[in-house]
Amino acid sequence: MQELIRRYGISLSVIMAAMTAFWLLALVVIPNLVLFKFSFRLYLPVDQLGGPNDVYTLKNYITFFDSPIHINVFFATIMYSSIVTIICLIVTYPIAYMLAKVLKPTDTATFFLVLLIPLWVSEILRSFAWFIILSAQGPLNAFLVGIGLIEKPIRWITGFQAVVVGLVYAYILFMLLPIYNAIQALDTNQIEASQDLGASTWRTHWRVVIPHSKPGIASGCVMVFMLCAGSVVVPSTLASTNSRWFTEIIQQWMFEGLDWNVGSAYAFLLLVLCIVFVSLVMRVLNVRLVDIAK
Amino acid sequence: MSEDVHLSQISMDFGSFRAVNNVEVTIKPGEFFSFLGPSGCGKTTILRLISGFMDPTEGAIKIGGKDMRGIRPNARPTALIFQNLALFPLMPIWENITFGLEVRGVPKAIRRAKAEELLQLVDLHDSADKRVSQLSGGQKQRVAIARALAVEPKVMLLDEPLSALDLKLRQHMRAELRAIQKRTGVTFIYITHDQGEALAMSDRVGVMSQGVLQQVATPQEIYNNPTNGFVASFVGENNVFTGRVKSVSDGIAVFDTPKGNFSAKLGQNVSVGDTSKLYVRPEFCTLHREADAKANSIAVEVSEIAFEGNFVNVFVKDHSGDTHMVQVQNDPAVPPPALQTSCQMVFNPASCMILAEANTGHSGH
Repeated sequence: MQELIRRYGISLSVIMAAMTAFWLLALVVIPNLVLFKFSFRLYLPVDQLGGPNDVYTLKNYITFFDSPIHINVFFATIMYSSIVTIICLIVTYPIAYMLAKVLKPTDTATFFLVLLIPLWVSEILRSFAWFIILSAQGPLNAFLVGIGLIEKPIRWITGFQAVVVGLVYAYILFMLLPIYNAIQALDTNQIEASQDLGASTWRTHWRVVIPHSKPGIASGCVMVFMLCAGSVVVPSTLASTNSRWFTEIIQQWMFEGLDWNVGSAYAFLLLVLCIVFVSLVMRVLNVRLVDIAK
Repeated sequence: MSEDVHLSQISMDFGSFRAVNNVEVTIKPGEFFSFLGPSGCGKTTILRLISGFMDPTEGAIKIGGKDMRGIRPNARPTALIFQNLALFPLMPIWENITFGLEVRGVPKAIRRAKAEELLQLVDLHDSADKRVSQLSGGQKQRVAIARALAVEPKVMLLDEPLSALDLKLRQHMRAELRAIQKRTGVTFIYITHDQGEALAMSDRVGVMSQGVLQQVATPQEIYNNPTNGFVASFVGENNVFTGRVKSVSDGIAVFDTPKGNFSAKLGQNVSVGDTSKLYVRPEFCTLHREADAKANSIAVEVSEIAFEGNFVNVFVKDHSGDTHMVQVQNDPAVPPPALQTSCQMVFNPASCMILAEANTGHSGH
């Protein structure tokens, strides 16, 4: 803080500190605290609020553990979010490596622009675009039938496959950027030294590039996983009746059931369980939180 | 154990820029060979060509008689020591050293033993399990050498590996490198812009400028008999006089300059009537009260004296105001002349040369 004041003067420092505090408190902490409180209270008619029935309880949380369907949806969400994360990682790593180490810097800028432009389009439009592409009479089927690969159109939008496609497309850049940053920070001489000592391309990646870019890979994975698990727009556009996403259940509780209390409880369960899952995976892969913060 | 390296008329173009121009040299097995030149002269490109990170635009690189074109760095019998060493920071020292064995599938126990053995060789005991960040600059240097030696290369390539070290350590590592080279018998190809390093360590030196190999010779030959003006002025200090070659007899030319006629050895590619330059080393110049009839003399006045410890640089001005340098041994019994003393700078015809400009590779040679 003293360093801040010395560099920017007292008034600017106060403004910056106040804005940061506002962001954290008003936009993060307070809304969450309100929902947190909601989640321990019952959904009561207005005249009973403050009455003898208005007590703090774990009933909202128990609702989740009492409904096998919701538990199934939860695990499906975790599983397919993991699949999306893995697909993103496999697709992005070679691209990130190429951008960071193979292409000339001028080409990298062009390439990035091409990659980033789709991100300027809203997530709803992008999901809907995939809905059109994947629909039974859509361009993908027309193309596949046209080239004679399949005989009649395939129903893509059933099960989780369309959701996975949509999520990969929506969040892939959140995987690309941290991995790109990590690989770019690697001294190219290290790659060359590995080759010079006789290592194959695979070995060089396995022993030199991947260990170095592990923090970037980890932060990309955490980001994509959390965004997937918490995504509403993509599943609600691309999911079908047999592929429900956990966020859709939260939304149903809150906006269809108008039961914000159970909805809050579900939202917190999602958050906490996702954090537990991510921590476990990080523990298994031997990544520390400080690595990701870099 | 070691192999010869033959650079057969290699050229390397980057777009329209020719970084290496028609270089032809054979480096003998077990030789310590240095490429010496200013930055941008193409010496690092040569190293990358030999190690296989790129192939020459023209010509061929042969190691032990085998053409290396198309053979990737991981399949060449060379090991490169990078300027910044490029040690792997995430591996302990012993894994760094035996990385080349690991990729060849050598079992862990053997690798570990080999690492210990190499650490002995480079005088680094008890460091096997340390991290790279725990070592000092000189220690990292040794690890890099050990890592390169572990793959038992036929040819070791070194890209200015001492440039990051401080002076004392650099001098120590010079001797160390030389000793390791002698002990292992591996062919060393060393890249440097530091003439002291090149002269002190090498069996032979190749001096480069603008992609062209100017001269290949022993350090003594390079210093005492440079083939052209670039080699003379890049390696060591000189007093330079511009003039015209008037006549030649028995290899000694009469050189006509605005400061008088001088006698000097005539170098390659210079003939009577040419305008050229005369080079004389400061340590071959002496200061006397009177002119010497048998040698070249020029009247000067002492303008500055720089005491360097073991020798003294005396700067003198001639009548047209040009400064020359005379280097004399430090000897309290015979102090150099005082400032403003008028005297004669004398140099022997046998110790000065008339040399052509650098070879730019454009004219045939």
